[in-house]
Formats: sequence, structure tokens, C-alpha cells
Amino acid sequence: MRGKAAIVGIGETTYYKHGQSPEPEFKLVLDAVQLAAEDAGIDVREIDGFAAYANDRNDPSRLMTAFGSKDMTFNNMVWGGGGGGGSAAVANAVAAVLAGYSKYVVVYRGLAQGQFGRFGQGPQTPIAPGPAAFTAPYGLLSPAQSFAMRIRRFMHEHGAEQSALRAISMATYRHAQSNPRAVMYGRELTEEMYDNSRMIVEPFHLFDCCQENDGAAALIVTTAERARDMKQKPAWVLSAAQGSDYRQAATAHNSPDYATSNFKTLAPRLYAMAGVGPEDVDVLQSYENFTGGVLMSIVEHGFCEPDEVNDFFTLENFSAPDGKLPLNTSGGNLAECYMHGLELVHEAVRQVRGESTCQVPDANVSMVTSGPMVQPVSDLILAADRGVDG
Amino acid sequence: MSAEARSYLPEGLPRPGPAIDGLGAEFWEAAKRHELVVQQCRACDAFQWGPEWICYQCHSDDLTYTRVSGRGIIYSWERVWHPVHPALQEATPYIVVLVELPDAGNVRMAGNLLGDRTQDVVIGAEVEVVFEDKGEGDEAYTLVQWRVVE
Repeated sequence: MRGKAAIVGIGETTYYKHGQSPEPEFKLVLDAVQLAAEDAGIDVREIDGFAAYANDRNDPSRLMTAFGSKDMTFNNMVWGGGGGGGSAAVANAVAAVLAGYSKYVVVYRGLAQGQFGRFGQGPQTPIAPGPAAFTAPYGLLSPAQSFAMRIRRFMHEHGAEQSALRAISMATYRHAQSNPRAVMYGRELTEEMYDNSRMIVEPFHLFDCCQENDGAAALIVTTAERARDMKQKPAWVLSAAQGSDYRQAATAHNSPDYATSNFKTLAPRLYAMAGVGPEDVDVLQSYENFTGGVLMSIVEHGFCEPDEVNDFFTLENFSAPDGKLPLNTSGGNLAECYMHGLELVHEAVRQVRGESTCQVPDANVSMVTSGPMVQPVSDLILAADRGVDG
Repeated sequence: MSAEARSYLPEGLPRPGPAIDGLGAEFWEAAKRHELVVQQCRACDAFQWGPEWICYQCHSDDLTYTRVSGRGIIYSWERVWHPVHPALQEATPYIVVLVELPDAGNVRMAGNLLGDRTQDVVIGAEVEVVFEDKGEGDEAYTLVQWRVVE
């Protein structure tokens, strides 16, 4: 796969707080796909493949009908996992163009939580069947509550402190202050604000939790042969991987390895495919459902040892342009927009193009991790240099 | 059973039920009898939790539910402050623990830690099961709760 395909266009709607989109979710998706096509310099009807994730409601058959596209050659959904399918959808798009099924595959996510219900609220059905029966009746209902249990165990095993979580949150908010697209643009976060913010579920403060938003994002993948002559500087896909570790989906919190983001088997595959290591990564976009997931993702991708997080996780290290590991440089799910992590892939593309509002100078290797602590998860390495001959 | 145990969280949360395909029904029936059971493979003796239709170790479909002691160790925990369900508006904070069962292959179960909601929770502390009967008539059910062994 290395260097054989590229992301050649990105588009996104205005990002709104949940419930504030003036337009329906499907219209947001239509807009985002058209903007991505425009960015790529192609007619939207040239898109013949569709890849999405997280059980996106916006059916590609309806999309291609609305656009009046002549032909659909590929349609694909990553099962389950919420935002864990973000980079996986890009991987599937790459597979489709390399297999010769499709010329241009759009990866998209539309999410109007104000129109269809919010992730952060618990189920309100009278009965919790099956796996939910082992958690919901005990008030273990929301994603924050589910994941706090994992990160608490990690903090216990490795002596990680609250300041490590705070550094992640502060870096995303700092970067959002340079990004006019960010929902939290103009809303700075100080240490005092973080420390004094209300507790959602220990150890998560309010600012450890992602937003809930309305909007849509889309990006376009094509082959290296086509990408070379297109409007934008290609963001070459060095590798993209998806998967899940041993019995990670065991119900009632029974995954044998519990204090994990689920990247332990994936990360080595990602690096091997790309032919790079963590020391080569110039900038990282790491999916924050909750800061604790970023903590474990960064450790499991080899950027620091689990027992070193209190030293490594600092605002300085995570700040663009010259921190050791500039992190979530658009503001990410916490402070730009919770577009289920697809906005993180967009930002990774911008870094490769040199167009970020928190640009890392000469960024070459630009990495994304999608959806920690869920099943499956996925990750992605883009680069400005194709890294292969020809 | 103490009144406290009967009312750790208010009525109105989803009540437990088996999966649509019936998986897990035996656990909730046993809980009503105040027995703690865990799925176990008759072929290779492996415990597994949550339940599945085959054994993950040997793939046998000859599975049973084995009664265990009800003693466990706190593996992880959380204190919930933000209510995400209308029934919980007046119920925060509350504590959820993840309990490891050493006599059942170290499988884990989630439940509430009964007692003071502001108590310090210690990973590794020993706990014992408390059966909490809730609901009435056809909607009666029993939750598997935990309290620290003094």
C-alpha cells in the first residue's frame, strides 16, 4: 500500500454545537462531499466509491442518486466501534482504488447529534438486554462512564497523574485558539479552569470529554497515478490499519488486557507497513473521546513508556510548532469539533500540505489514531514525501 | 438484606434482561435465587464472562452456569457525578466497581459499591456480593451488588 494512494481533497461544513445546525444531517453530508470534490478539482459525479464508518445514517445510494452520479463501484461500512472506524474507512478506500474497483472514493461522516440523539446520554429503554444488562442497571451507561473504568486501571498500574490528562486537554484547546473553524475558537482553557471544572465521572473532568456536535466532513482518495496531476499536493498514504486485540470486545468489561486503548497489535503493523517508526512522526492527531484514551494511544504507539507519562505529557511537548509531539493541532474532538474523528484526518492532510492553522514546519510524517478503547480501532500515516520511487 | 442495599440507585433505570437470542437468561434467574453464577465450559472447565454460545478456549458448545463464592477483588472503579439518565438526577454521586472473581478464572463483573458514596475506593480491596431485589411482579429482578469485606 505504501505510497500507492493519496488523499487528494478534503471538505467540511461549518461545525456547530449539537442541535444548532440549520440544515438536516443529509444536507450537511451533501455539502461536505461537494466541498471535498471542489478541493480535489473534480466533478462530484466522478466519485464512484463510498466508504464510511460508525453506522453512518447517510446511505451512499441516496448520495449518488442526489448527485446524479452515473455509476457506483464500491460501498463500504466499517462495523461498530464508533470513531474507531475513521482511519479504517480511509484504509478501505485505499483498498478499493488499489484493487481497481473505483477511481475516486469518498470517505465521509455526517453527524447531527441534535437531530438524532446524543452519544453522551444513557439508553432510556425499560429493559437493557444482553451485554447492556451487566452495566446499565448499575448506572454504567455512557461512553464516559464505560471508559473511565479503563483509564482508572491504567493510572493505577502506571502511577499516571491527573496532570497528564490535563496536558492533553490544554494542548487541544491551545491549538483551537488559532483555528477559526473550531467550535471552541476564542475560548481559552487555563489550568485553573480545568482543575475547577465539574467532575463528570472520576477521573474525567468536563474538559476531558469530547464535545457533541453537528456537521459533516468528507475526503477523497485516489491512486498515485491520478493524484500526481491533481489540483492539491497529495497527502500520500504510507499506511492505514484496522483491527482489534485478543478478546477486546468481551462483554461486561472482560477484555483480558483491560488498561489499553486497543492499539497494541495495530501500532506495530502500522509502522511496519509505512516503513517508519514513532521517532519519525512529525505531528499526531489522536482521537479524543476522552483524554485517557489519548494517553494510552500515545503510549501504545511507542512515543513514551507507560511509566513515563507524567514527564512526557506536558503542554509544552504537545504544542505546535516545536513541541516534541505536536498533538491535535486543529483542536480535535475536544475543541475543534467532534466529527467522529474525521476532522483529525483532515488536519493530518493540512499538515502535509503546509496549510494548518498550527503548522508544524516542514511536517512530513503526519499520523492519525482513531477511536481508542473501542473495537475495532484504526490508525493512519500520511506523508508529504511519497517515500517510494516512481 | 438492608434497606440501603435495596435502594442504592433509584427505580427507573433499565432493568436487566437476556439478549434477544436468550443468552444470559440463566444468570438473571440465578440472581433472583440469590446465587452468583458464571458461565463455564463442561469440556475444558474454562470460565468465560460475559456469556457466549461457545467456549472461547476449546469451541465446545457444552456450557453451563457454575455457582461461585461471591467473593471478589476490586479491579477498577469510578465515582459518577454527572447523571446521564433522568432516574439518576438526585442519585449522584454513586460508585461503580469492576470486581474480579478469583474463583471463576478472574472474570470481572460490574456493580455498585454499597455504602458511603464518598468513600475512598481501593483497587485490590476484597468485596462480597450483595443481592439487591428490585421491581415487582412480572418486572421483579435482582441486581448483583458489592460491599467491602471489613
